[in-house]
Amino acid sequence: MRVPPGVTPQDFSDAITQWRQALGNDWVFTSDDDVNLYRDSYSPFWHEDLEPIPSAAIAPDRVEQVQAAVKIANAYRIPLWTISTGKNLGYGGSAPLLGGSVVLDLKRMDRILEVNDKNHYALVEPGVSYFDLYRYIQDRGLKVWIDVPDPGWGSLIGNALDRGGGYTPLRDHFDAHCGMEVVLANGEIIRTGMGALPGSQTWQQYRYGFGPYLDGIFSQSNFGVVTKMGFWLLPEPEGFKSGTVQVPRHDDLVPLVETLNYLMNSNLVQGTTTIGSPLLMSRAARSASGGGSALVMTPGGPSIEELEKIGRDQNLAYWTCEMNFYGPPKVVEAQWEYAKEKYAAIPGALFVEGETYKLPVDPSYVDKLPKRQFGIPSLTIFGMMGRSEGHMWFSPIIPMTGEAVFEAQRVFGQAYHDMGVPAINQIFVFPSSFFPRSFVILCGFPIYHDIEKNQRSREVFKGLVKAAAEHGWGEYRTHTAFMDTVSDVYSYNDHSLRRFHGTIKDAVDPNGILSPGRCGVWPKRMRKAQG
Amino acid sequence: MNHVGMFGVIALAAILGTSSGAAQDQGQRIPSSWTTTTVSGQGQPRGYVEYQKYCSACHGAGVGRPGTMALEAKYKGSEPALLDQRTDLTPELVKTYVRNGISIMPFFRKTEISDAELDAIALYLTRNNKP
Repeated sequence: MRVPPGVTPQDFSDAITQWRQALGNDWVFTSDDDVNLYRDSYSPFWHEDLEPIPSAAIAPDRVEQVQAAVKIANAYRIPLWTISTGKNLGYGGSAPLLGGSVVLDLKRMDRILEVNDKNHYALVEPGVSYFDLYRYIQDRGLKVWIDVPDPGWGSLIGNALDRGGGYTPLRDHFDAHCGMEVVLANGEIIRTGMGALPGSQTWQQYRYGFGPYLDGIFSQSNFGVVTKMGFWLLPEPEGFKSGTVQVPRHDDLVPLVETLNYLMNSNLVQGTTTIGSPLLMSRAARSASGGGSALVMTPGGPSIEELEKIGRDQNLAYWTCEMNFYGPPKVVEAQWEYAKEKYAAIPGALFVEGETYKLPVDPSYVDKLPKRQFGIPSLTIFGMMGRSEGHMWFSPIIPMTGEAVFEAQRVFGQAYHDMGVPAINQIFVFPSSFFPRSFVILCGFPIYHDIEKNQRSREVFKGLVKAAAEHGWGEYRTHTAFMDTVSDVYSYNDHSLRRFHGTIKDAVDPNGILSPGRCGVWPKRMRKAQG
Repeated sequence: MNHVGMFGVIALAAILGTSSGAAQDQGQRIPSSWTTTTVSGQGQPRGYVEYQKYCSACHGAGVGRPGTMALEAKYKGSEPALLDQRTDLTPELVKTYVRNGISIMPFFRKTEISDAELDAIALYLTRNNKP
């Protein structure tokens, strides 16, 4: 049996015995076969000693068992690593950052505590997946929509705490939450916002309660174990429409995004929008780039003028933007008409009308819908990842401007070039508005069961983090393998924010038992490595 | 996993008159699954139900099922792309893939798919094997 770092075998054995008493024999996993299931399926450290493998896993069923579990961990100073459903693939899966940690698996806490389709909210436990909540709503005919990230088997709570995003108007999952229940490292329970008021009638309706608003410090952090969380839901829309604007020239991206900002920030366009480029995706453009990717501007690749000529010759738009509209049919039609009026100011702009749906659609039609735009969970994304043994995501936030997209194309193209890596090997997704008022660029790194390839990928990943930071861009979230790397670049005023995180950590978790190292937050006794 | 059965949940909702406003401190457990509709297991073996719950989102028929797409690409028609139409799988092979993963398919923990559920899935996927 592996033993957590800094813990004696005897203490660990005693803790295991106590966890068995508190949680039941079946829910304390110590055999290699069982514990190995908590490794990261997509680990970039596969076959390397560096892979952080847990020492055990424990799976409480209710909040009282979570309290008991953390108290036992505290008594023996055993690091726990909390997961909800453990499906954070691409960002670390169910594995800890610190090898030897005991995984605190909350999958069994899967109660849907309330769904209200009059005030449009839900209250759930961490083990509830998007599939679970969607099915619950459908089975009961409730008139609300959830918002889903690409894979639907993850936890609403886990994804929101990692500040994930989706596609509908409530796509910023942390922003859409309202109220939390948290077990602190000492086993005490707090409820945030209106939940602090016994018998509160508005825990999921008013976020702030009274006094300092704390919810943010429990996201991307290790200050507590969130055991309940409320989420605002979208009233089932009466209609949906999509439409795409196409513009012919490179520089047209500037007014395209400027107009998009106006429309989105005025709530005339809701939901994630993605910039696309039929031209840069075309065989001709890729061929002109020497077989590489035309999405990033690699030194020695085709000039903008050459690419524009390919676009003219082959009648391919340089840029596109697909927009989604949610609401009554006559309202979404009017929104689309208004969007077209605004974009018509760009010479040569063309419009492609997408599908219009009157909702709700017949359930037999569900498979034909653009699922993620309709808040329908699926696992379809796994069919789009190419052949590999997994992937991890580099995901910087850049300004929502055409100029920033041009700069990102150049900066990342140069970075790939400088590191001697063909950009074609990466899954590069165009800038998307997963969160209001900014663009995220997603760059997927394939993972293989090949030490050399993975080591190279890790180097390139770190190179991109550095290149991004040099231009004022930072990641919105990252794989456990790079949490220190990313934390290092958020260094304003000699890391004053990280030092403040450390101050909080030491105050609320003095023994440093909760998820050490998560997002760069280490307890005092393990903080030596940081500057 | 110890979930309250579906019928129990529906009965509870009926008693409350609505599923909205259910008692907050107890909550309702529904059988966990990666499906958008509740799997009806009436007249079906347990393995069918577990297979639908845990495998069909990737390995079922229909649009956008990555497991089925991958097996189509792999076998090019020499074997069925749908796992539940295969006749050459062994229970051991099914369990090995679920607990070890393969390609982009991750492995699954026992809090997700229990040993008993996996046994039932393995039995179901080998039901048509020739003796």
